[in-house]
Amino acid sequence: MANPSSYEADALIAEDIDAYLDRHQHKSLLRFITCGSVDDGKSTLIGRLLYDSKMIFEDQLAALEADSKRVGTQGQNIDFALLVDGLAAEREQGITIDVAYRFFATDRRKFIVADTPGHEQYTRNMVTGASTADLAVILVDARKGVLTQTRRHSYLCHLLGIRNIVLAVNKMDLVGYDQATFDRIRLAYSAFAQSIGITSFTPIPISGYAGDNITSKSTNTPWYAGEPLMEILETVPLDADADRAKPFRLPVQWVNRPNLDFRGFSGLIAGGTVKPGDAVRILPSGKTSTVARIVTFDGDLEEGVAGQSVTLTLADEVDCSRGDVIAAAGDPPQAADQFEATIVWMADEEMLPGRSYWLKLGTQTVTANIQQPKYQINVNTMEHTAARTLELNAIGVANLSTDRPLVFEAYEASRDLGGFILIDKFTNATVAAGMIHFSLRRAQNVHWQATDITREARAAAMRQKPAVLWFTGLSGAGKSTIANLVEKKLARMNRHTFLLDGDNVRHGLNRDLGFTDADRVENIRRVGEVAKLMTDAGLIVITAFISPFRAEREMVRQMLPQGEFIEVFVDTSLAEAEKRDVKGLYAKARSGQLKNFTGIDSPYEPPEDAEIRIDTTRLTPDEAADRIVDYLLDR
Amino acid sequence: MTASLTHLQRLEAESIHILREVVAEAEKPVMLYSIGKDSAVMLHLARKAFYPSPPPFPLLHVDTTWKFKAMYELRDRAAREAGMELLVYQNPEAKEKGINPFDHGSLHTDMWKTEGLKQALDLHGFDAAFGGARRDEEKSRAKERIFSFRSANHRWDPKNQRPELWRLYNAKKAKGESIRVFPISNWTELDIWQYIHLENIEIVPLYFAAPRPTVERDGLILMVDDDRFRLKPGEVPVERSVRFRTLGCYPLTGAVESEAKTLPEVIQEMLLTTTSERQGRAIDHDQAASMEKKKQEGYF
Repeated sequence: MANPSSYEADALIAEDIDAYLDRHQHKSLLRFITCGSVDDGKSTLIGRLLYDSKMIFEDQLAALEADSKRVGTQGQNIDFALLVDGLAAEREQGITIDVAYRFFATDRRKFIVADTPGHEQYTRNMVTGASTADLAVILVDARKGVLTQTRRHSYLCHLLGIRNIVLAVNKMDLVGYDQATFDRIRLAYSAFAQSIGITSFTPIPISGYAGDNITSKSTNTPWYAGEPLMEILETVPLDADADRAKPFRLPVQWVNRPNLDFRGFSGLIAGGTVKPGDAVRILPSGKTSTVARIVTFDGDLEEGVAGQSVTLTLADEVDCSRGDVIAAAGDPPQAADQFEATIVWMADEEMLPGRSYWLKLGTQTVTANIQQPKYQINVNTMEHTAARTLELNAIGVANLSTDRPLVFEAYEASRDLGGFILIDKFTNATVAAGMIHFSLRRAQNVHWQATDITREARAAAMRQKPAVLWFTGLSGAGKSTIANLVEKKLARMNRHTFLLDGDNVRHGLNRDLGFTDADRVENIRRVGEVAKLMTDAGLIVITAFISPFRAEREMVRQMLPQGEFIEVFVDTSLAEAEKRDVKGLYAKARSGQLKNFTGIDSPYEPPEDAEIRIDTTRLTPDEAADRIVDYLLDR
Repeated sequence: MTASLTHLQRLEAESIHILREVVAEAEKPVMLYSIGKDSAVMLHLARKAFYPSPPPFPLLHVDTTWKFKAMYELRDRAAREAGMELLVYQNPEAKEKGINPFDHGSLHTDMWKTEGLKQALDLHGFDAAFGGARRDEEKSRAKERIFSFRSANHRWDPKNQRPELWRLYNAKKAKGESIRVFPISNWTELDIWQYIHLENIEIVPLYFAAPRPTVERDGLILMVDDDRFRLKPGEVPVERSVRFRTLGCYPLTGAVESEAKTLPEVIQEMLLTTTSERQGRAIDHDQAASMEKKKQEGYF
C-alpha cells in the first residue's frame, strides 16, 4: 500500500515500541546508486530522501540552515546538497569527489545509497558504487534532457549488471511540470537504452528541490500514472533474493579448526541454498562429499541461503582450504586459467600488457597477465576503438591468463564469482576491476559422460581419419572457393566431410554475434566446438572463416587431439583481396559504411607456422585444392 | 524459507564476512575495543564469525584512565566471556605528565587516544586493527572505506583510498603499513540498537537511565563519576535521572536527561529525539570538519 506517511515518525514509536521494533526487525535491505551530472540535483535528491525519511536531526538541520546561508546555492532556502557533501576539500569546490554511502529507512526497507560524482574523471568511483547496487537512479535535468553523461552513467550501470534502472527526470518544477518535456526525454532515453541492451527502465518526473513524486504522488503531475520514487525503492525485487534461485556456491574464506574434532569451512553463501545431506563438489579439485552440518553461533541451521555467512562441516575428510569453492555437486562452476573480461582501469599508471598483477576473485588470489586490449570502449559513444593499453578510467576488453586455475562464473551469472580486482604487486594499489565473460579454454571441471561407442570406433566405421582443415585469410582471399573444391574432391573419394562456412554459420548458430573483436572470438570459439563435435563423429571438417586472431586459432588447435588441426593459410595480400572485392565489402569498409572490417579497421594476425600455406597469386584454386587433399591423405 | 533476509541479517553476514577476510589475510590483527555499544556489537559479531573457535585475535583497549568506572567493569568481563586476551595500553608519556581533560583540553584526546593508539599498534606490531566506526556517524566517515589504509606513520589520505568493489577487499600492504578495518561501517545507530535488543547483547548500564550525580557545564550534563572530578567553586553535584548516548572519558561526555530504563525505551527515545548522536561529545564541536582533521592525524 502506498502510504505517504509511512516514513514519517511513526505513531507506533510512542504508543507501542515493542510492536514497532518487531515490525522493523523484518525490514529488507536495498542498495542503490544515484548517478547524475554535476548540476542534475543529485545531492539535493539524496538530501531530500534523508530529510523526508526523518534521518536529519535538529542540530544537523540547524547547521544545515547556517551553511545554506553561508555557502548554499539556494538563496535563503535550505540547500539539501550540503547535507551530503562531506569532505572539507570538496565542500569548498562545491562538488562531491568520491563515493559516499548514505543511509535511510522507511517502514519497509533500509536503504544504502552510493552517492557518486558525475564528472568524467571519476568512472572509477561510479563503477565502485554500482558494483553493490540493486538499482540505479539516473538523474536527468528536465531542461537539458539526455546528455553524454547520462549515457555514460547508464552504460556503466548496465555494465556492472544493475537490472533496475529508474530514469528520474528532475527539476520538473523548472519546466512547469510539462508532460511533453517529460515524454520527449523518456523517448530519447528509451532509444538509447535499447541500443546498449537495457531492456526496461522506469521513468519518473520529479523535483528533488520541491519534493514532487518523491514520497507521494504529486498533484503537479496528474498526467503521471506511475508510482512515486520511494514506492519504487520500497518494492523493487532484491538481487539477494534472485541469488537464491542459483546453484549453490560457497567460496571458502577461512578454515575453522578449534580442535582435532572439528573442521569447518567458513564463508558467505554466494548463490543458492544448502541443507545437511546435500551432495557438494569442491572446486577446483573436483572432490565430492556431503554437507554434515551448517554451524552458526546461534545453533545449527536446517538451511543456509545466499547472503548468509555460515560454517559448513562435511561428511568426509576432504582437502579444502581458502580459495576453494564448495558447490552443488550436480551443477558446479568451471575452473579455467584463461579468460576474456571487461576491465575498468582505476589507476593513474596505465595498464601494462604482459605485466603480472595480483587478481582477487571471491576468496582466490592468483597472479594474472593481461594481454593487449582487443578494444577500448568509448563510454560516451559506446564505440569500440583499438587500444594498446588502458589509462585511468578507460574500459576495455582483454584476454588474461592466470598462473593457476580460477574457479569462476560469467559475471552476468554471478557477481561474486565473475567480478575481480587487479592489484599492483609493487604499490599494492587496487588498479582495476574486471568482469569475466567466459573462459578461453575448454572448461576443466565439467565432467565428461563416457559413451560406449568411442570416437575411434566412429572414425573406423567411416574408414577415415578425422581432421579439421582450418582455412584462414582475409575476406576475399579465396577461402570459400578453395574449401568448396576440396570438399568436392574428397566426396568423389567417398570421404565423409562437412564444410562449415563463415557466412552460413552466421545465418544460424552465430546470428547473435556481430563483428566486434569480442564477437569474433566467440564466433570462432563456437565454430571450434562444432568442428570438434564433428571430428568426434568421425568427419573431416573443412572450415572457412577469416579467424583473424592467432589466440583463437590456437585455442581451437588445443581443443583437438594432436595432429587433427590442419591450419590452411590462404595467403592473399590486402591489396590483391581489395582489388578482387568479390562481395563489394572493401568498398563499403573504405567508405566507413562497414565497421570493424578485417584488414581495414580491424587487425588480421597471419599464422606464423601454418601446416599449409597457399599463395593464391601462384596457384589456381584447383591446384591449391589438390595440394590440400594430398596433404590430408598423406598424413 | 522464502522470506528475504532482513536488513539486520544482511548487515550481520556482511560484517562477519569482513572479519573473516581480515583474519585470513592479515598477519597480526587486533580488535580495538572501546567498551561502547558499537564495540559491544563488533565483539559479538566476532564471536559469531569464528564460532566454535574464539576470535583469533586479542582485544586492545587504548585507555585514557578517565573512562567511567562501569566501563572498566564490563571490559574485563566481556573479554573473559569471549575467551579473548585483553590488552590495555596507556600512553606512558601522558601518564607521566598527568594529562587530563580538565587542564589540557584537546591535548587530552590527542595524547591518550591518538598517540596512545599509534604507540600500542607499533609496540605489538599489529598490521590490521578492527574499529567500530560507522559511516552514518559523521559526514567525513561516509566516504571512508571499510578497509582504510594507513601509512607507516598512521596517516590517512582521503584522496588516495583503494576502491572497494563487490565484496572484494584489498588487504595487501608493505612492511610497516597497516589497515584499519571497520566491519560495521554500514550499520546505523538504529541498526546497532535493534541488534543489541534482538541479540540480547550486554552493554554498559550507563546507556540506561538511572539517578546519577551530575553537574551542568557549557550546555553539557556531566556525571561526577569519581573524586577526580574538579568541581568549580559553588558547584554542587545534583542527582538527575540521566543516561548516555555515547561513552568516552567521563568528564567529556554529556548525558541526556531521561527516564528510559529499558532497551526498548532507549530506542523509543532515540527515535523520537531531535539531536544527533555525536552532539554529546565535546571533541566534535571544535571546528568545522574537525573529525576529518583528526582522522588524517591518526585518530580512529
